[in-house]
Parts: sequence; structure tokens; C-alpha cells
Amino acid sequence: MTTICACALTSKMWLYVGKALGRLNRRHCGLISKGCLRQLHNNELTDSCYDGMYPGHIHTTPIQKALLAVGSGVAALQNPYRHDMVAVLGETTGHLALMNLRDRMRNDPEGYTVLTERPRIRLSTLDLNRMASLPDGSFGREYLRFLEDNHVTPDSRADVKFVDHEELAYVMQRYREVHDLLHTLLGMPTNMLGEVAVKWFEAAQTGLPMCALGAVLGPLRLSSSRLQSLFTSLGPWALQNGRRSRCILSIFYERRWEQNLEDLRQELNIEPPPPVILGETNKRTVKE
Amino acid sequence: MAASMRLLVRRAIRLTHRNINVTTAGASGQTGCCCFSDAAGDRSTHFGFETVPETEKAKRVYKVFENVAQKYDVMNDAMSLGVHRLWKDMLLHVMHPQPGVRLLDVAGGTGDIAFRFLEYVRSQQERQRRRATRSMQTPSWQDISDNYSNENGEESKESRAVVCDINKEMLKVGKQKADSMGMGTGLSWVVGDAEELPFDDNQFDIYSIAFGIRNVTHIEQALQEALRVLKPGGRFMCLEFSKVTNPVLARLYDAYSFQMIPVLGEVIAGDWKSYQYLVESIRKFPDQEEFKGMIEDAGFYCVQYYNLTGGVVALHSGFKL
Repeated sequence: MTTICACALTSKMWLYVGKALGRLNRRHCGLISKGCLRQLHNNELTDSCYDGMYPGHIHTTPIQKALLAVGSGVAALQNPYRHDMVAVLGETTGHLALMNLRDRMRNDPEGYTVLTERPRIRLSTLDLNRMASLPDGSFGREYLRFLEDNHVTPDSRADVKFVDHEELAYVMQRYREVHDLLHTLLGMPTNMLGEVAVKWFEAAQTGLPMCALGAVLGPLRLSSSRLQSLFTSLGPWALQNGRRSRCILSIFYERRWEQNLEDLRQELNIEPPPPVILGETNKRTVKE
Repeated sequence: MAASMRLLVRRAIRLTHRNINVTTAGASGQTGCCCFSDAAGDRSTHFGFETVPETEKAKRVYKVFENVAQKYDVMNDAMSLGVHRLWKDMLLHVMHPQPGVRLLDVAGGTGDIAFRFLEYVRSQQERQRRRATRSMQTPSWQDISDNYSNENGEESKESRAVVCDINKEMLKVGKQKADSMGMGTGLSWVVGDAEELPFDDNQFDIYSIAFGIRNVTHIEQALQEALRVLKPGGRFMCLEFSKVTNPVLARLYDAYSFQMIPVLGEVIAGDWKSYQYLVESIRKFPDQEEFKGMIEDAGFYCVQYYNLTGGVVALHSGFKL
């Protein structure tokens, strides 16, 4: 008697699930059209019109997110220079870690200010001349030196596309933009060893699965001497500091360019990097 | 057991509701930020599931194909799991071109049809030559000298294919392919709009358009142009995505199109939106019977269609008489 009831119940439930999933598929397609029809009725298209929760947002079903996570993981492994795939992997797998980060930022007074004011780090918002005139050893000057030495620009970060929550998308974007600043704070160059060290720090700090994956797979591409320095001094330093430092996303960097780098490190609870041969840092000291 | 089932069902319902809320929230947010209405009299058409002014559609389609040109062939193979090659081979098989025929391949972009055409015609020529030599195993001196004069005549029977596309990037990729395959002879690459072809009347024996006509803003105009440039007795052939008749296959096809293809576009080509447009534009195209009616209205005779892969792709053919 009870088994018959259970069977009937389970078959009914599966039918319901099937219908719900079918509706999910159709609604997803149908509603996107409705939203756009309302929006684009006999109108010119401008960049201010966007479909989603923030500019650049693309709606994805859970199945699509899963497929994206797997596909981008494979693509990023095959070609590590595909930064857009690393970005997509981070967005599709990082929901829990992003919520965690956002809560940490909310609990910190300066982090709360960052969340409300939403500053963005781009070349258009940075005053490079003023930063160049700052004294050596100040955060802004060192950051500028880092950008010049490694030939990078803060505008090369991809926009967030697949995070389905506006605030979390900003946290993700902030994380990407702070990455270069982290290089300066930790004193790491952009070669493979430096990147792996920063990834270990970020993995310990943020808990993003993409960072953890990068931290595990990055060392596979290092030479044995660099691997040794990673495992003996650089790695443990990065992990320890990642765990104990203050949340690096909570700092309003844009207001701290004049602050001395060592002071900022102390405030964040980050020890200066261990003396290790990193390649580019050697070149820099020779130049000076 | 029942409790966990209930949980699953509730979760599924929440997912549907979330999707609804998310998209409606997005939509209501836009009415504020949006743009001002245009003068009355601007007709609108569809761009995937969006509605856009007609003048805008051509520009946006151009942008889509400019973005996807480099990875177009790789993506075709990935999305159709290589089956698109079979569809194109079928087009050539039904076309059955003989040596000396002039082909116009519109929206031919990367040149798939034109290359197949040239190979087919050359293999036909080989076959004819072999048949001729087989039937003349012991030629007399008179036959041999006739053969020599024939060979000079055969130069004029050289088949020519013209690849016409509105998008320069796609033509560029096609030209690169032709150079790397060493198929330079017998091919021309022309930039042109299917609604206004840069050719005289009665020029071509065969007009083909493969997976291009659904991107045209005014399909009737493209059909009219096709009629114009074909010679009397010329054949119009169109390969295009169409409606799947089998309901089970239709469900699977929909799920695959909407879930998988934009993801493939993002992972392989780094472009989600172009491939979202692709799957949406397929849904907006008329079905087999309706398109057959449109071809007949344009003035073609003996119009028929063949369904390939259960209706995923339809091959329409008509004659100018």
C-alpha cells in the first residue's frame, strides 16, 4: 500500500519537475524577447540600453553555467593566455566565495564605503601625472612603477558577465581590478612565479575556486629551481599572509596613493616579501 | 524520500520564478534608461528575438559576422558536430553541376560551397575524360588530332564560381582558405548585398545561398534579385535552418540550441551574443512550406524542398523558366 503511494508520488513529482524544467527553458527564451520588445519598440539602440542587471550582464540557466564552467576550465587549461576563459571560470564557480567576500566587506567600515561608492580602477579615473610626482616608496608611485616595468594597464580586465547579482558582480570586478594593486603590495612581478605566488595569496584570502585551481595548476609550469623557491619560502609566506591579512577588497585604494607602501603593508598585516630571486625584481634593482 | 522530492520540486519552481523575476526586473529597469522614439513610419523587423528598426538590422548582422569570421569554420564544426559538411555535400549532390556551369554563391563568405562546387566539377571532368579515353583505347591518327583540338576547346568550358558576400571579413577568411588550399583558379570574390546584387541580368546558371538568407532584411527582395541574375533555365538553391517536424527531436534540438550553442560561442570564440543571435534568428525564419510559397511568389517554378536531419535543415530548389 505505502509502496504504491510512494511510486505514484514519485512519478507525479518527476512529471512536475519535467514540466517545470520545460517551462524554465521556454520562459527563459520567451521572457528575454518580451523584455526586449518592450524596450526596443521603434527605438534607436544606444549603449545605455542593456538587457540584464548591469551593463554586460548575460542571463544564464544553471545548465548553461555548469557547461560554461567545464568548458572555460578546459579552454583555460589548454591555453593559459585566454584570460577571458579564466574570468568566466571565476564567475561561474565563485558564487559562494563572492557572497563571503561581500559579507566581509560589509562588516568592515572602509569596505562598506567601497561597496556603496563603487570606485573603479581605470586609466580614465587615475591621475597618472599626480601619481608620478609622488615620492618614492609611496603606494601610488610604486604602483605606477609596477605598471611601467611590466607593461600592463589597468584597463585590460574583462567585464563581469555571468554573475546573476548586481552587488556580487561589483565584488568580482573589484577583485579583478585589485589584482594589479596586489602585485604591488606583495612586491611580485608578472612572471609565472610571481603570478603563482599572488594566486596562492588570493586563494587563501578569497576562497575563490578559480584562484585555488590556478594555485594548484600554476606550479606545473614552473622550472624546478623556481618550484623549490615557491615551496620553501615564497609559497608559505603567501599562504600565511593571505590567511591573516585584512580583506584586501575592503581598502579604498584610490584614497591611499600618498600613503607609504610599508605603512600600508603593516596596516594590512602583510609581511614584506622574502628575498628570493624572481627575475624581474633583480632587473629593477639593477636599473635603480 | 518524498520529502527530498518535494525539495527538488520546490527548487525547480523557485528557479523558474527567479528567472521570471530576473528578466522582468531587467526589463522594467530599462524603460527608464531608454531611448526616445523615432519618427512614425520606421518599420521594424526582428533581430533574433529582439525587435529592431529595419535600418539597424543590416548593421547589427554585419557586426555579428565581423566578430565571428575568424572562428566561423571551427564553430560550425563544433556546433553541428561536423554534420554541416554533410549538409553542404548534399547541396552539391542535388545540384549535380556539370562542367562549364557558372555558379553564384551568395552569402558565401568563407567559401565552403564554392570550394565544393569546384571540386565536384573537376571530378566530373576527370570522370568524363576517363570515360572518353576508355572508349578510345586504340585511337586512329585522325582521332588523336581531333583530341588535341578538343583540349583547346575545353579551356572555355572551365567552370567559374563567384563568391558574393556583404561582409569583407568573411571574404578575407575565404580568400585565405583558398590560397592555403591552392584553389585560386576559377574563383572570384565579390563584395555585394543579396538585396542588390552587383551583376547584370541573366548571368548565372546556378544561384546558391547556404545559411545566409535568414540574415537578409528583405527576403523577398533577395529572391527577386536571384531571379534576375539567373539565366532562363537557371536553378535557385537555398540551404537553411528550418522547423523540425518530430516533436521529440524538436525539444532536444531546442534544448541543445539554447543551452549549448551560446556556451560554445563563449568558450571557443569568446562571443556569447553573436551565437545567441544565431539560434534566435533560426526560430524567426519561416518554415519549409512558407518559404516554398515565398519562392514561388518570386517567380520560380518547380519549387521543392528536401528535409535534412529531420527538418533541422531544409534544401529548397526552384527554376527560372
